[in-house]
Amino acid sequence: MAELWFGYVWPLIWIVIKIVLIVAPLLLSVAYLTLAERKVIGAMHLRRGPNVVGPWGLLQPIADGMKLFFKETVIPTGTNRAVFILAPCVTFVLALIAWAVIPFGPGLVLADINVGILYLFAISSLGVYGILMAGWASNSRYAFLGALRSAAQMVSYEVAMGFIIITVLICAGSLNLSAIVAAQKNLWFVVPLFPMAVIFFISTLAETNRHPFDLPEAENELVAGFNVEYSAMIFALFFLGEYANMILMAGITTILFLGGWLPPADWALFTWIPGPVWFALKMALLLFVFLWVRATFPRYRYDQLMRLGWKVFLPISLAAVVVVGGVVVAFDLQPVLR
Amino acid sequence: MGFMDRSARTIFLGELVSGMALTLRYMFRPKITLNYPFEKGPLSPRFRGEHALRRYPSGEERCIACKLCEAICPAQAITIEAEPREDGSRRTTRYDIDMVKCVYCGLCEESCPVDAIVEGPNFEFATETREELYYDKGKLLDNGDRWETEIAERLRANAAYR
Repeated sequence: MAELWFGYVWPLIWIVIKIVLIVAPLLLSVAYLTLAERKVIGAMHLRRGPNVVGPWGLLQPIADGMKLFFKETVIPTGTNRAVFILAPCVTFVLALIAWAVIPFGPGLVLADINVGILYLFAISSLGVYGILMAGWASNSRYAFLGALRSAAQMVSYEVAMGFIIITVLICAGSLNLSAIVAAQKNLWFVVPLFPMAVIFFISTLAETNRHPFDLPEAENELVAGFNVEYSAMIFALFFLGEYANMILMAGITTILFLGGWLPPADWALFTWIPGPVWFALKMALLLFVFLWVRATFPRYRYDQLMRLGWKVFLPISLAAVVVVGGVVVAFDLQPVLR
Repeated sequence: MGFMDRSARTIFLGELVSGMALTLRYMFRPKITLNYPFEKGPLSPRFRGEHALRRYPSGEERCIACKLCEAICPAQAITIEAEPREDGSRRTTRYDIDMVKCVYCGLCEESCPVDAIVEGPNFEFATETREELYYDKGKLLDNGDRWETEIAERLRANAAYR
């Protein structure tokens, strides 16, 4: 009995507790990211943003959530019902399970697998399936066009992202995310790999279908893109998934280039602040840039998007793999960088 | 040289960075939107809002049932019926304005010889049912009583231009 309890039941309960500890703050930050987005973009437009529900509008995300929860779920007649309902669940689940390997601090990680970056890359590539399924199952031309664009766009930018991740791996010498962060103890990779970091960040914008690459849901051409036919809670799942993906991408960028949970310098004041707080601060900074970019730039045209992905980012990142790899090996820089 | 400059700006994302610097500066500017239900913008004395029927300071209603407003109303939104009162003066027994038909042109106000029908400063009279927008005489006189201070001030401010 004791063996059953300590061997199987208790570890299971413990893992569930850890999952809740990750997912609950994540969903809360997703909710408040939507508020932050409306506030930041409002401020940049010289507007006020939501400020009526609660002090400074702080209860607005709760009110929005309640509204979506109590609305009627409309499933149009022409849809493939099973796939139609499965699609948002896939998007949402994929946005959440990627968090399993994200290290929030030294040792603070749900699954410390040694190919963490590969896992993340695989999960973020799967994200396109939710959108494709939604577009196809909706049986609507707008949704279908949005899904097609999304598929092409995500595939194009993942290529460049993959090569840039390789340059980081060459410098870090490990696929384990905690090891990648630990390798940035002396120098964050954003300094030696600055151009790669910029390209990676722009690619994450495309990967999460954010402005200026939000062609899958281009409101003024495709109504709302792949999620036109969705309403109420199944729409909310798409929404949550999209924002959770944004936070995830900010987290990956932080781990790869901004030194994860490491403080900017080894000064006493900085090291007093715990690692997860530094991690959250860096992600918040990157998320602010996400919103900032949205408030600044107009949407790319489809051919420009493809040109940027295949003719600019792909050759640059390919060359970067060769150059970074060559320099690191020729001058034996890996121990120096670490 | 021009080519070099352009290439450098492209490679270092010059245009994008200057654009983002602009939006960042705007973020710290004062907001230009009003906090609407709590803050309101200024209204001209000529603003044509909700209608009101005014009274003399004695409490006697101004309208003498000349029906000029009913005649001039381009939307035919005004309906007036009148008969002599016991003291012999000519007064309306019915004064209805269909606020759904009304186009807020202000011709009723201009045609009125005794400044009885006016369009006041109130523009927040949206209702939940259509019936509530069929104003009768009682409603219009109530409006006049409620808004008299503002209406008198507006008429005074605009008197020189009429």
